[in-house]
Amino acid sequence: MLRYLARRLIQMIPLIFGVTLLSFIVIQLSPGDFLAEIRLNPVVSGETVDAMRRNFGLDQPLFIQYAKWLWRLLHLDFGFSFAYHVPVTWLIGSRLVNTLILNIAALVIAWLLAIPIGIHAATRQYSVSDNALSLTAYLGISTPSFFSGLLLLFVAFKTGWLPIGGMTSLDYDILPWYGKILDVGRHLVIPASVLGFGAAAGLMRQMRGNLLEVLRQDYVRTARSKGLAERPVIYKHAVRNAINPLITLFGFEIGGLLGGAAILENVVGWPGLGRLILEAVVQKDLYVVMGSLVIGSFTLVLGNLIADILLALSDPRIRYD
Amino acid sequence: MARAALPRSARLSQAQELAVSAARTPRALAWRQLRKHRIALIGGAILAGLYTLALLADFVAPYSLDLADRERFFHPPTLPRFVDDEGKVHLRPFVYATVLADPGLRVYRENTNRQYPLMVFVRGEPYRLFWIFPTYVHLFGVEPPARIYLMGTDQFGRDLFTRILYGSRVSLVIGILALCVTIPIGLVYGGIAGYYGGRVDNVMMRLVEVIIAFPAFYLFLTLSAVLPTNVGCTTRFYLLVLILSFIGWAGFSRLIRGFVLSLKEQEFVLAARAIGQSDLRIIVHHVLPNTSSLVIVVATLSVPGAILGESGLSFLGFGIREPCASWGNLLSAGANLVNLSRSPWLLLPGLFIVLAVVAYNFLGDGLRDAFDPRLRTGSGG
Repeated sequence: MLRYLARRLIQMIPLIFGVTLLSFIVIQLSPGDFLAEIRLNPVVSGETVDAMRRNFGLDQPLFIQYAKWLWRLLHLDFGFSFAYHVPVTWLIGSRLVNTLILNIAALVIAWLLAIPIGIHAATRQYSVSDNALSLTAYLGISTPSFFSGLLLLFVAFKTGWLPIGGMTSLDYDILPWYGKILDVGRHLVIPASVLGFGAAAGLMRQMRGNLLEVLRQDYVRTARSKGLAERPVIYKHAVRNAINPLITLFGFEIGGLLGGAAILENVVGWPGLGRLILEAVVQKDLYVVMGSLVIGSFTLVLGNLIADILLALSDPRIRYD
Repeated sequence: MARAALPRSARLSQAQELAVSAARTPRALAWRQLRKHRIALIGGAILAGLYTLALLADFVAPYSLDLADRERFFHPPTLPRFVDDEGKVHLRPFVYATVLADPGLRVYRENTNRQYPLMVFVRGEPYRLFWIFPTYVHLFGVEPPARIYLMGTDQFGRDLFTRILYGSRVSLVIGILALCVTIPIGLVYGGIAGYYGGRVDNVMMRLVEVIIAFPAFYLFLTLSAVLPTNVGCTTRFYLLVLILSFIGWAGFSRLIRGFVLSLKEQEFVLAARAIGQSDLRIIVHHVLPNTSSLVIVVATLSVPGAILGESGLSFLGFGIREPCASWGNLLSAGANLVNLSRSPWLLLPGLFIVLAVVAYNFLGDGLRDAFDPRLRTGSGG
């Protein structure tokens, strides 16, 4: 197992290298760079723009830019943001925490909803509640997040129950510590529910499908014929086996924690990583985009690895050598 | 000859024999199974309806794509009515003409003096039916100055129903076009990698893994931000198709490669090799056609992802841009909460997105179950 882990970690290195190369190529494909807009401004002289270019290192040939960036990356220095004039690590760091809060809340909602509902639907297959839940699940996975976000914002606007977007209220700074937590929590309701319900829909269908398949197995029939009550049959035997494939999904979700739901963050105004990368892409803020892409890919790959490890740990039939 | 030896009752009737032998191919069996899956058929029917509407968009829409009535911005929907202001019931549906009463609050007042009946096969803006036949006929309409805005108008006074119909052309077709590029590339790449295995497979899959390691939406976003901004609508559409395929082919080839890896150990491949057929011929003629069931299911289930991705991108302003319409594009007008609070009909394109994606999911699930031999339900139907 440890050898497998070591091998996977070593394999990750050329992968991350390839990812950084691809990000660099992609962002360089766009015509113009960060200073293109300033150049068009007649007030700013040509020499100033050239000096800025030298400052940002944008006048070097491309592979030198890439090599320098990669070298700094190995020291965990993601470069400077052109727009904000702060190190990229600061920028990403602050937004990262916000995105983590949002995604973890969504994850908790999704899993707390999906597992019980999936079990409920599977044990009452083809009943009215099962059909209704399945239909709701279909709708849940088909609705784009920004659409449900807009709908919920509209409802919040009309009813005034929840704050409309943003992460903190105006008086956040003067609130006591429990007030701060409550404030963020109130702002968290809309985006986390949108993400959480959407994810729950897909998970619930998976759970239901897996459990249905497990309930068809022979060992379940044996357990029932031995006289076990229905409850231990389902919860002690069937569910444990049905949850297995979902554990891999859980690993993937961990990988997606920093992915950021960019559009939703934009719609509700949640100051997270997704919004950062959106703004950076528009402004061609080179190092912010590359830093975010690298971090996003890294967590994705790490999530895959965690998923595989969790699966190997939980399923004794799988042996990695 | 042997048939005469069987007792009469054991022999199948002619019709039954024909039926049994006809349903032997996997595809025919899957089709029969699919016909029994009611939800999938509902999904298929909805999609057929949506695509027909998209094809006949010019005909069904009462107005043209960019017809803007500046004095009727954010106009609420004017549905045809049967009962007029005095309570009289008319047999023929009609609308009232409206006049802008308050530009600030966007209030429109109906002019109940005259009724404008709903007419069918009405003469309207010129267009080319099926892009070939120039004509003026639209499915329904009313005489100007009355307007029939089935779903209201946007901030420029353009009929939302018309724009949704034209937008369906973009949103519904982009996924399919992307598939047309992804599937051949994925089949070839995955087929070669899976068939040869070993070092070739290793190297080929490294590249695929790099692409898969990217969060797909960010890659989509970055690549479309890279597109030049002054290209026309259609060019931008095709470029977006290319970007979608660039993101999609990697996952697809990995699937195909996995499937081919298992297929190549089967006997028909060994037999073909023993006869001396060339590798290329084996891959193209024997291995790849057997992946067709997987391809069909994966293709159907990947279109909703493309629809959602494209509408998300257009919503942000990176995908299809004005003046072209796409469902995501139309929703961005509703992103402003002030506008949305007064004009909730701006969210209607979102319902179309949900409808199309749900229909595809129904159909895709039905196809997946139909191709799964463990779920076959006997010879009925």
